[in-house]
Order: sequence, then C-alpha cells, then structure tokens
Amino acid sequence: MDSIAGKKSGLTWAVHISVAALVLLWIFPTLGLFVSSFRTGDQITASGWWKALFPSEQNEQFRAADPEDNREMIDGVYVVAGNVYVEAGKVDDPADVAADVSAWGVSSREISAYAPGDTADLGEGETMTVQANGDYVWSGSDEQISGRAPRIFVTALSPPDFTLQNYDTVLFDPANREGMTKAFFNTLTVTIPATIIPILIAAFAAYALAWMDFPGRALLIAAVVGLLVVPLQLALIPLLKIHNDIGIGKGYLGVWLAHTGFGLPLAIYLLRNYMVGLPKDIIENAKVDGATDFQIFTKIILPLSFPALASFAIFQFLWTWNDLLVAMVFLIDSSGETTVMTRQIVELLGTRGGDWEILATSAFVSIAVPLGVFFAMQKYLVRGLLAGSVK
Amino acid sequence: MNPALQGLLTIMIGVGGCVGYFYGANVFLDKVLFPASGPNAGRNINRANMIRPWVFLFPAMAALGLYLAYPVIETLRMSFTERLSGGREQFVGFDNYSQMFGEPKFREALRNNMLWLIIVPAMSTALGLLAAQLTDRIRWGNIAKSIIFMPMAISFVGAAVIFKLIYEARPIDVQQIGVLNAVYMQLGGAEPQQWLTIPLWNNLFLMVVLVWIQTGFAMVILSAALRGIPEETIEAAIIDGANPFQIFFKIKVPQIMGTIVVVWTTITITVLKVFDIVFAMTNGQWETQVLANYMYDKMFRANDWGMGSAAAMVIMLLVMPILVWNVYNARKEMR
Repeated sequence: MDSIAGKKSGLTWAVHISVAALVLLWIFPTLGLFVSSFRTGDQITASGWWKALFPSEQNEQFRAADPEDNREMIDGVYVVAGNVYVEAGKVDDPADVAADVSAWGVSSREISAYAPGDTADLGEGETMTVQANGDYVWSGSDEQISGRAPRIFVTALSPPDFTLQNYDTVLFDPANREGMTKAFFNTLTVTIPATIIPILIAAFAAYALAWMDFPGRALLIAAVVGLLVVPLQLALIPLLKIHNDIGIGKGYLGVWLAHTGFGLPLAIYLLRNYMVGLPKDIIENAKVDGATDFQIFTKIILPLSFPALASFAIFQFLWTWNDLLVAMVFLIDSSGETTVMTRQIVELLGTRGGDWEILATSAFVSIAVPLGVFFAMQKYLVRGLLAGSVK
Repeated sequence: MNPALQGLLTIMIGVGGCVGYFYGANVFLDKVLFPASGPNAGRNINRANMIRPWVFLFPAMAALGLYLAYPVIETLRMSFTERLSGGREQFVGFDNYSQMFGEPKFREALRNNMLWLIIVPAMSTALGLLAAQLTDRIRWGNIAKSIIFMPMAISFVGAAVIFKLIYEARPIDVQQIGVLNAVYMQLGGAEPQQWLTIPLWNNLFLMVVLVWIQTGFAMVILSAALRGIPEETIEAAIIDGANPFQIFFKIKVPQIMGTIVVVWTTITITVLKVFDIVFAMTNGQWETQVLANYMYDKMFRANDWGMGSAAAMVIMLLVMPILVWNVYNARKEMR
C-alpha cells in the first residue's frame, strides 16, 4: 500500500536485500543439518558443510594394491599398477574418476611433494608415479615390491559427493543399537492417539461453552483461559504418583492421558473461539426444526468447525511429536524399550557427540515428519495461531 | 502386546468411548431420565436441557481438573513437605524454599531465567515485527515467511542438534566445521572457542536457539495485525509527508500495540517453560542452568520432590501475572 505514494526504488532494494538476508540466516542452520546428513563422517570432519556444495580440495590417503597378488614382471622389474580411486571402491572404472589430482606424495610429512605425472624416487631404483586421474605405477626390484604396499597421499579437487549411507545406517542397520526405527514407531504410537482423543473431548466441551446457556459458563471459560498457561512442570510428580497408584505406571496409556490433559485447554479455547463465530441463524433454524443439541453438534457444528479442528490437530501433533519432557516422565522406563526419537537424540548427543553423521541423520529423520506436516498444512497452522493468540 | 496394536486399540477405545459416552448420555437423558412425553413433557425437556451442558462438559472438566488444576494444589502442598522413608511425608513449612534460595545453583537458574525472560521475548518480537513489515511489502514475501516460520515445526531437541553443529569447535590446526568458529577464525580469532562453555555468553548462545524458533510465530501474528491496520491512517500519514520510518513507528506500531503485548506474553510463557534446549545442549553446566531444568534435576535426579515442587511453584509464581492478565482480558471481552 506504500507504493501508492510512489516509493523510491532504493528503499525497495533495501527491503529485498534485508529479507533475503533474514531468509538465508533462518534457513542456514537447518540446511547445515540437512547437508551434513548426506556426508560421510570423514567428509564432515574434513571440511565445513557449506564447502560440500562446491568442488573442494581434499586430501585423501590411499594405499597401493597388495604386491603379493598384483605385481607383474615387466622388462626385468616388478610393477604394481592401478588406480587409487578404483581400488578404494569409489568408482568402477578409471574413466569415471571425477577427481583431478593436483599434487601427491608418498610421505605423511610431504603429502604434496609431487605434481601429477612426476616420478618419485623411493630410493635404490624403487619408483612411484601418479597421474592426474589417480592412475599409479609402482616399480622396483623383487625385494622392494613385496610386503606392505606404500601409502599414496593425494590432493585432489573433488566434486561434491553425497551419500545415503547414513540413512541406511540409522534406519535399517540391525547392528546399530542406536537405531531410530524403533524410536520412530514409538513416537508415532505416542502421537496419533494423543492427537485424536483430545479433539473429541474438547469439541463437545467447546460446543457447550459456545452455544449452550447454563450458570457458571463464564467462570468455566475463564478457568480454561487460566489453565492455558499453567506450566506442565507442576503436573509431573502429582500425576506420576496418581499413575503409579492406579497401576498405569510408566507407559503408553499414561503418556496418552497426560498429553490429552495438557492439550485440552488449548483445544477447548481454540474450538470455542471458532464455534462462537459460526452463524447463529443456522443453529436457531435447526432448533426450530426440532433438532436436539446432540444433532446440531454432530450434523452442523462439527463439519463446519473443520478448519479449527485441523488447526488444533496440527498443534497437538507437532507438540506431541516434538515433546521430550512428558515422554521422559510418563513413558520411558528403565528398559528403554519405549524410547522416543527426541530422547534417543539427546542420548546420542551424550554418547556419540562427535559422530555428526549419525547425529545429523537421526535429527533429520525426527524433524522430517513435522516439517512435512508444516509445509502441507501451513494454512491451518497460521489460522490456528491467529485464533489462539489474537483475542 | 505390540505397542502399535495397543495404540490402535486405544484410539478405538478412546474414540469409541467418547462417541459412546456422548451419544449414550444424550439418549439416557432424553429417553430414560426425562422423557419428552407423558404428563410432564414440558418440564422434562427443560430439565434435560439444564443438565445437557454438563454432560457435554464432564469429560473435559474431569481431565482438566485431574491433569492441570489438581496438580497445582498438590504441588503447592508438596513444596511444604519432605518425603521420609516408607512413603511418609512431613510438613516442613518453608524449609524447602529457604534451602533452595540458599543454593548457588538455584540463584544461578533464577538469574539466567531473568536474562531469558528479557532477551528472548524482546528479540523474537522485534525480529518478528521486522520480518512481518518487510515481507508484507514484497512479492516473494510468502515464501520468505514460510522459511522464517519453519523452525516452529522443529523440535527443541532437533534445534539443539542443529545449533550444536553451528557451535562446534575443532582443534586449531584443522578445518573448522562449526560455522561460528569458521567465521570467528576468518575474522582473525586467535583460536577456536568452545562457545557453550563460556559463562554468561553461553546463555546467549542457548537463547539464540529459542529466538530462531519463536521469531516465526511472532512474525505470523504481527503480520496479520499489520494487515488489519486501516489503510486510511497510513494514506493520511503519507499525504502529510511522513517517511516510511515514521509511518512504521508512529502510525503502525502504536495501532498493533495490543497484539505486540500478546505475542510478548505468549513467548514469555514459552521461555519460562524452556527445558529441552538447555537439557540437550548443556544440561545446566557452565552456569547455564534454568528453572525448568533445575526442577527436573531436583525431582528426577536428586529425587527430592519437596525442593522440586518448590522450584515448580517458583515457575508458577512467575507465570501468575500473565495468567491473571489473560483471565482478566477474557472476562472483559465476554461482557
């Protein structure tokens, strides 16, 4: 609307640049996690993830092939020839090598002593030659070309290189005790009932608070508004005591009940605010036509309230999926069989703090689902936020 | 039983139970207790309609009472007692509180929480307002909004991992993989810093995580408020020769002050409950303790329910003004 007065274009550019900067700043952290989850542990520790997007100078270490099996007699000297990248299993054929060797060496102290094509003199006639594509020739006498093959240090400009290996390890490797698959399904098990059940209970209550007249209604609404901000920290020990007393203990039932209880104030508040805004005529007409409150609720109010129901469902889903505290207190027992993803990740932070490939992948697995829900249903989320706050 | 199966069963029992309860109670009310026929039909209908709201409300009220209202009272009671062996309890008055206030760790938590309370809502609201104002004026604003809003969907734990990667420090002679240290070294830093272990500053590094998450929330709400401003006021200001900054600070901001306060208080509540971020990133070490994590420590690590409850009551006390203000506003609105 400011454009009505004809703004100076300089300011518009400043706005574009500022927004671009904000957006970059905001996406950068998540992008880092995302990119890191597709890199091997070695790559992650070798260079910052932002460098992974571009071809980078990498120092790698290889070993020539085992002379026992690979040496050949050519012109009176023993020779071992091959390609470092092929032997390391990175490519199948020397023609596919994407890296471009810029320097190489045979000693860890001088890893870039030679240019590609140079021949290194290893002493007493033993030589090594490495080409730009990683082809090498190692030659010498019978005695020299035996035992343990020498190391070859290669400095090469490598193209971006990504792998799905981490996801395979984190999700499907049965040997990986920190596997996320079980935790993923546990989280799902917690989330779905904990999202559906409060909606039903809250919808009926919201209808009563919105459209039925009875003494004490205003007081109840005030109470719901008050309970909206009660920190759930207060509820932990008293409820755990109750759960233990009635025999639920720690488990899914307990965590479902807890999430239901904690989610209700917001559910009732959101749904009531929405239902109050529905057109009065429809409801009165239905009443005149002889519909009971129960019929009005199920046939008219519930279908019309779909946007509000969806809003709350997303909130509750995100909140229960991302929750750590409630799960730790009400669900996860000492056996650890019922651990959820958030808890698993905290555990990994403690035990595998340096293994960024595992951490990044696990974290990304856990945030992928909420992100998907977020982008698919952003409209309802925004609507819910507005209804829940601006009142 | 397989948890997935158990979950499915619970959904069925839960949903079926709810539907059954509401339907059954209605039928019972209309057909059995107060049938709308016979000599007292009119009176019965009235009576049924008087009871029906409570039928609708009962499950929600029971759950709210048991899961939120009762624990407040119970926690208050427990904060005045001490657990003795054999499940007995002893009334100790304010001992838990005085003992707690004597602990340096608690005072540290209180100090840090105050810092959080000032910095996080202020930063989130300011950045959210900035983002809202800027993105509303450009064509690709909605995409920008989506991206700034996105962290809302990310768990605190996920965010903790994301930011730990940013704060990662590696030895000085190898490449830095944490972006903060990489930038710091580029700018001529002497050696890579362990950011999360520098007292006082590390609190700031933890707060950044929450600001990153909450800014999107502030932006979405403030953007809606900005759009709700009557255009005439802005046009009038433009005609009177106001520059864009004057329009923003003198015309727009005063008109959305109410919304800014709502956003501020909502983020304040989130800050008071902040637990996951500190728990996952530092666990209160290096002077980063906050109340919620202190409370968790007392309750579930030290198993001191009395002190834990006292700490929870301190959080409740801090929330109280906002609770009262919200209820006051809600009541005012209904009148």
